[in-house]
Formats: sequence, structure tokens, C-alpha cells
Amino acid sequence: MTKEKTGDGPDRRAIRAQIDENLKRVYTSALNEELPDRFRDLLAQLKAKDGPSQDGLS
Amino acid sequence: MKSVAVVVPLSPEDPRDRLAGAIPKLRAFAISLTREVSRADDLVQETILKAWTNIDKFDPATNLDAWLFTILRNTFYSGLRKTRREVQDSDGVHAATLSVKPDHDGRLALTEFLRAFDQLSPEHREVLVLVGASGFSCEEAAGMMGVAVGTVKSRASRARKRLAEMLHLEDGEGLFTGTDGATQAVVLRSAAAGF
Repeated sequence: MTKEKTGDGPDRRAIRAQIDENLKRVYTSALNEELPDRFRDLLAQLKAKDGPSQDGLS
Repeated sequence: MKSVAVVVPLSPEDPRDRLAGAIPKLRAFAISLTREVSRADDLVQETILKAWTNIDKFDPATNLDAWLFTILRNTFYSGLRKTRREVQDSDGVHAATLSVKPDHDGRLALTEFLRAFDQLSPEHREVLVLVGASGFSCEEAAGMMGVAVGTVKSRASRARKRLAEMLHLEDGEGLFTGTDGATQAVVLRSAAAGF
């Protein structure tokens, strides 16, 4: 019923490009969100619990 | 005589030191999957914990991001399985009532796109973010999703088609001509409901 098997015509490519552009915008905006402290704290906790195997000041 | 280049690191690298650097990407993926920041953060937290305690299972020759993404999506889906029916029902309700049109200039507003994106199933959001936004190859995505490459491609194609339908971009209508087809919208919507 729908004409979906038309391959990669220019229309389909344009639609796809537009969709992908928006996907990147969504992903990038999520990527640029400020990170909450909880992750840094969690990693610090885990590191402390594991003991100082090699305490480089990195 | 053959010479083999061997890269000897000065000190064995602990992949756990790279976890912090992977968090932003991991979180962006989690937000894309859950569409809810607090749920995403819980998911990232759980992923970090699992990665930390299972770091011996990580092969340093492979991509750490891919490994972490795999943990995150598996955690997400095992949690989702419990509420699966609910989620699908609400998807159906939204899909049936949604009506979004492109701007008059043919460019989608991000809010409109997001509304449509939110209506996709998590599987569709996942595949689109992996291959369409985060820069993983279909092969890498297939590895993370535990499916064949062909499945990744067909799923991504269906997901794009679904989005195009919801956004009334099918076959370029609206996109190039700015057609405001109310009838068309009805047709497309009932076609979409068949999925």
C-alpha cells in the first residue's frame, strides 16, 4: 500500500538527512547537559573502596 | 626477517580510569533511551557500578564505549521487561493522537521532532541513536544489541520511516512543497497505526 520499496531516491535521502540531523541535535544536547556530581562521587567511592593499589596523582 | 611492532605501555592502563571520561556519552545514550533525565542517571549509575566490578571481563583491545553502552542497554531492557505492557500501551495511545507538521519552511522544529521521537519504541530510539547520532557503525551497533547487522539496518530503516510518518515527511511531501495535507495526514496516521 505504501511506496516504501523505492530505494534511496533523493526524497528518501533528504528525509533521512533531516532525521539524522535532528537525531544528532537531540544526542548532542543530551551530551552537553551538565553532569551531576553523583557520578564523580561514585567513582571516588569505588576507587577508595578498592584500596590504593597505585596512587598516582592523576 | 620480520619485525613486529609491539606497543608496550609504560604502565598497564587501568580501563577503570577511563570510565569518568565515558560518562557524558553514556548519559546521552541513557537520556535518549529513557527520555527522562532522572531515570537516565539511575541507569548510568548502575552501569558504572557494573562496569567497575566486572572490569576484568572487559577486553582492552576492544572499544570501552561500546562495552559500556552494551551494559547500559542490557540493564535498561531488563528493567523494562517488567513494565513492558504498560509502555507499549501508552505508545499506542500517543501514536494514535499525535499530529505533527513540519514548519512552513520545511525545517523541523526540534520540539516537534522530540515529540515524535518520544513516541518511538525504545528499540527504535536505540537503533537511531546508535547508528544515526552517536557515530557507531552498524556492525558495532549489532554487537551491542546482540542482533545481526541486517537487523540493525532494517530496524533503523523502520524507525526512520516511522518518524517520517509521524512528522509527515513521507515521500518528501511537506518537506519540499510545504503541502499541508490534512487528508494525507489522516491517511499516514492510519497507516502508522497499523504497525
